[in-house]
Amino acid sequence: MNTSRFRIILYTLAAIISLAGLADATYLTVQGLTGETLVCGGSPDCFRVLGSSYARVAGIPVAAFGTLAYFGVFSFATFAAFGYARARAFLTLTVGTMFLATLWLLYVQAFVLHAFCRYCLFSAALVFGLSAIAVLVPSSR
Amino acid sequence: MRFFLMKRYLPFVIVAAVALATLVSGAMLYRAKRLPALTIPENSMAPGAGGAESGHVRGRADASVTIIEFGDFQCPPCANLSEPINQLERDYGARLRFVFRHFPLPNHQHAREAALASEAASLQGRFWEMHDLLYREQSVWSKAPDVRTLFNAYAGMLGLNIDRFKKDMESEQAKARVESDEQQATTHGVRTTPTIFINNHQVSPAYLNPAGLRGSIDAALGARTPASSTQ
Repeated sequence: MNTSRFRIILYTLAAIISLAGLADATYLTVQGLTGETLVCGGSPDCFRVLGSSYARVAGIPVAAFGTLAYFGVFSFATFAAFGYARARAFLTLTVGTMFLATLWLLYVQAFVLHAFCRYCLFSAALVFGLSAIAVLVPSSR
Repeated sequence: MRFFLMKRYLPFVIVAAVALATLVSGAMLYRAKRLPALTIPENSMAPGAGGAESGHVRGRADASVTIIEFGDFQCPPCANLSEPINQLERDYGARLRFVFRHFPLPNHQHAREAALASEAASLQGRFWEMHDLLYREQSVWSKAPDVRTLFNAYAGMLGLNIDRFKKDMESEQAKARVESDEQQATTHGVRTTPTIFINNHQVSPAYLNPAGLRGSIDAALGARTPASSTQ
């Protein structure tokens, strides 16, 4: 398999993974906006995480930023797969930022809130997958 | 030429389609998740009918604003609201009345026992002290393997007769009180905790924070007519 084809496969995979993240983050954003995260009714651990002060930044659900980030990754991966060179740099930058944010959110869940939300863990797994892809993509030079 | 154009514009089309699909599905989900606001009928406020009078009440009967909370002692958001509600009671004084009703959720392991503990304390005239203590210590007892020992210790801290407290926790009277509240919750369409009504109108979950509740109370006081008092 030549390098160019391998790269296209990885970018396509990144786009597919980011779609799953987009669905997850959109769901959590809607939950945050309707106030569902401020009441108990489902998983106690999820509500402990999503109802905490760490789940919002300036009143905006953190998941909303995740939605934007996943959409950014999807867009950049799609353009990169179609050969837009500049999109690759933006993709790496976005995934790198998401990786750092994910580490912070995992730390908060593990050591501050002592509770894990399965939706957040799913998102963390996706971000780690995207990070692996970003590392694996062969350089164009 | 056509292939070249398609390859050039296809990523824009794909990205635009995903953006549109995300917005539409998000909006549809938002509409579906936004539950209709619940209302408690006026006649259920009558004594014995399951309204404010049959819950645990703090405040004057002639208060302009009545808050009814369907709560669960093991629910973290309920615990988060407990002290802010106490503060609101202090701030609004005689204008505010607070009513608590039990709605222990089945997915909270010790919630029912906590409700029974509060009812056992109530039988010795210390419901509100136990209510506040259970919320304050929620993080301790909610994960304890032997929760009864802790509840007995709390009863001791409140100066209750421990033997009577233990017996009352098992009593039919305490169970009936909790079940009556649960029945009321079901009747009014309550499904989550905390569900809060201000002058019989449900407060939107998005307003279940100190500032949101204060705004809702101010609106209720400003409107002076219960029908248009909350979000």
